[in-house]
Amino acid sequence: MSRVELTVNGRSVAREVEDRTLLVHFLRDHIGLTGTHVGCDTSQCGACVVHLDGRAVKSCTVLAAQASGGEVVTIEGLAAGEDLHPVQAAFREHHGLQCGYCTPGMIMSAVDMIRRYDGQLDEKTVRHELEGNICRCTGYHNIVKAILAAAGTMRQEDMRAAAE
Amino acid sequence: MGVEGIGARVLRTEDRRFITGKGKYTDDMTMPGMAYAAFVRSPHAHARIVRIDTGAAARMPGVIGILTGKELAADGIGNLICGWMIHSKDKTPMNMGQYPAIATETARFVGQAVAVVVAETRGEARDAADAVEIEWEELPAIIDPLQAIAEGARQIHENAKSNLIYDWEIGDSAAVEAAFQRAAHVTRIDLVNNRLVPNAMEPRAALGYYDAGSDHYTVWTTSQNPHVARLVMSAFYNVAPEHKLRVIAPDVGGGFGSKIFIYPEEIVCLWASKRTGVPVKWTGDRSEAFQTDAHGRDHVTHAEMAFDGDGTMIGLKVDTIANFGAYMSLFSSAVPTYLYATLLSGQYALPAIHCNVRAVYTNTTPVDAYRGAGRPEATYVLERLVETAARELGMSPAELRRRNFIRSFPHQTPVIMNYDSGDYEASLDAAMKAADYDGFPARKAEAARRGRLRGIGMSCYIEACGIAPSAAVGSLGSGVGLWESAEVRVNPVGTIEVLTGSHSHGQSHETTFAQVVAERFGIPLANVSVLHGDTDKVQFGMGTYGSRSGAVGLSAIVKALDKVEAKAKRIAAHLLEAAEGDIEIRDGEVRVAGTDRKLAWHEVCLAAYTGHNLPPGLEPGLKEGAFYDPTNFTFPAGCYICEVEIDPATGRTAIVQFVAADDFGRVINPMVVEGQVHGGIAQGVGQALLEACVYDRDTGQLVTASYNDYAMPRADDLPSFKVSTTETICPGNPLGMKGCGEAGAIGSPPAVINAITDAIGTNEIDMPATPEKVWRAIRASGLAEAAE
Ligand code: FES
Ligand code: FES
Repeated sequence: MSRVELTVNGRSVAREVEDRTLLVHFLRDHIGLTGTHVGCDTSQCGACVVHLDGRAVKSCTVLAAQASGGEVVTIEGLAAGEDLHPVQAAFREHHGLQCGYCTPGMIMSAVDMIRRYDGQLDEKTVRHELEGNICRCTGYHNIVKAILAAAGTMRQEDMRAAAE
Repeated sequence: MGVEGIGARVLRTEDRRFITGKGKYTDDMTMPGMAYAAFVRSPHAHARIVRIDTGAAARMPGVIGILTGKELAADGIGNLICGWMIHSKDKTPMNMGQYPAIATETARFVGQAVAVVVAETRGEARDAADAVEIEWEELPAIIDPLQAIAEGARQIHENAKSNLIYDWEIGDSAAVEAAFQRAAHVTRIDLVNNRLVPNAMEPRAALGYYDAGSDHYTVWTTSQNPHVARLVMSAFYNVAPEHKLRVIAPDVGGGFGSKIFIYPEEIVCLWASKRTGVPVKWTGDRSEAFQTDAHGRDHVTHAEMAFDGDGTMIGLKVDTIANFGAYMSLFSSAVPTYLYATLLSGQYALPAIHCNVRAVYTNTTPVDAYRGAGRPEATYVLERLVETAARELGMSPAELRRRNFIRSFPHQTPVIMNYDSGDYEASLDAAMKAADYDGFPARKAEAARRGRLRGIGMSCYIEACGIAPSAAVGSLGSGVGLWESAEVRVNPVGTIEVLTGSHSHGQSHETTFAQVVAERFGIPLANVSVLHGDTDKVQFGMGTYGSRSGAVGLSAIVKALDKVEAKAKRIAAHLLEAAEGDIEIRDGEVRVAGTDRKLAWHEVCLAAYTGHNLPPGLEPGLKEGAFYDPTNFTFPAGCYICEVEIDPATGRTAIVQFVAADDFGRVINPMVVEGQVHGGIAQGVGQALLEACVYDRDTGQLVTASYNDYAMPRADDLPSFKVSTTETICPGNPLGMKGCGEAGAIGSPPAVINAITDAIGTNEIDMPATPEKVWRAIRASGLAEAAE
């Protein structure tokens, strides 16, 4: 057994878990955050993406014990209260989801992508960057649109913040 | 159209929970004391179980119980069945082999369940499952359907000689022969429609709970049709009596057909819960999904089309072998028959059609309906034939199609279907315009200068949706009726709950159904909620598949709304002292037409519930239910155009343009409809370019059992799509809807392959057209040297 201590969405949590517990199962089974999903067993679908210490990771590929001491943000921690994160809002606005299963991972990947590119994205880059996220419902058309729109919004917000 | 009513691009009500991580899927459910199931599966494609030793496994930590097929049989749990009877042309019934939920004597495909371990944690269940020892006697496996029916092939099921499930035909073979006798030209083609794995992103899961105190069963399951699951589990599998069984299909992460069927795992979880006394949850991993979710397609077909001297189609004959895998899945028998051969007239006025279908067992995963189910296979046969014929006849593919379009409706085809409406020329024109078809030669020349082979291909599809008139499908062998039911509950404050037998697993019913209801009474969308997926709440339902939720499910809601409206008008007429016929309900008001006498909608609703002043004899309350049985199938149709560029050095195909023009009848929410088309096209392009389900021919191992090996379409495999709709109203249902869920997957594969064959100048290419295949085809055709 391992003792795992994490900050998840700003809250400290500590649990004793089996050594082999994956971060995704720690989140889902041990602290009840079921927004992070599991879509494969080969680290390819991206349904499980969360942010660990500010970077997007596939939580099915990280041991909870490995992450111990770190800071995790999941889909549940993205919105500021009632206010949706711009990427969440854009997915709704542009119908970037259907069944919703890939969506948490898509959104967490998109937030990370926009941050890494400073919002300077084009369609080709977004499609290439989505390599690690599979969606079976949307054909990606509206996901790409949503991410580009959110990148635009976030750039504007940053500019406004800088101007103030 | 109001801002929220029919035709409006309303954002989805269901989105909020999904984008904030608050969706509730089956694996998200937990119960106190819940245990986990892990299945022991056959590692062999065909093998006899000599002995199962659970001794060591049972002593592993956390193990609560280990169950095998013996206990299952002892408890009287029935075999899985196929619910659609097909008779061979010699009138004999189909040969259905026995399919126990847990194999007792023989395993017939890799991944078939042979035992189940119930343990306290996921990991403990898995460890113990790995420790179950089974002695096997391996038997030769047959993977190829042609080999399965060849002389001397080993028989997979006792009752299926030559591994033949049925040998079925439709159409008039004499009329077809006569047409071929007088034909000026005959086009022939041999095709393989590749086997696909559905791959809904949420793996299947089930949580079974038996409450001994009240002798009641509950199962949460990833189902597209929870009521059908309840019916089948009680009436056929004997797991629980129907009145004591609650089936809940909560949020479901995609289905595409694969979650229609009732699988061994949900049966076993429920049964194991009773056996072990704890709630039992199983969640499939992706490898299990590859091995055990019903696969799709898998046809081998020879087809010939006869033309007269001016390019008019005069006859079609098709011979298909359909691979069913190791067992008959729930609706498998209907797919290559009544959902396939009945669509072989396409959009064309074909006077004579004959189709023969042989369904065959092999040692592979069972095959059943997958997005489109039979209709993509029919479209692929026809549209590749037509495009090939155009090239042989030296005609433009558009002109050849145009010459043969059906132009007057209703139109009776020679293969059962009676098309009610359509305008095929309109969608062809719309697609050609959107694709700038006329500008293609210039684009091809420009690509050639860059050393690229550019090609364009089209596909004009038709599908039969709105499945289906109960009497008609009953006469064709269906074991169930395919109506839908709904209940509209108006609350005393005027808000409305709609309970529907349709099930949404991505289709957006919570929004689109509410749009129809809100529009009817002019109330805000926010005052309408839509409930589905729980047999204890919803009266009954046949579920969602076959693009039926709009045409059939919504029609049931409309019928219930009609009744609610009639009653509300009676109450209002009484209160306003007017004639019932003078009452109109609009914009949230109930008024006497042409006057200013009115009541607010909620005042009428409240009056219905206070019962203080109702017309004599009228029951209080405002809640109505309805069953709707369609009178015909609906016939969505459209034209897809694909343009590709191929690098002759690598054989890699890039889709540079994809255009869809669809006629879905009336559209409730264009945003949702476009999304359905996008997703369908992605699956169709996946079939055409990427998705290969490969079995090792000697061992029967599924080689492509993970995302490492099975190429799922990713974002950079696809372009953005240009989609639009043309509209002919469906005369068969109250809203005039035809259905849009499957079109993309039906129309796109032939468009892609026709574009590739156009680019490389040879017809010898099968799906998926991988770079390797395309590269080889280019070498074989000699085009490579020409391009260099
Ligand atoms: S579940 Fe983590 S990548 Fe698929
Ligand atoms: S929305 Fe269903 S998998 Fe992406």
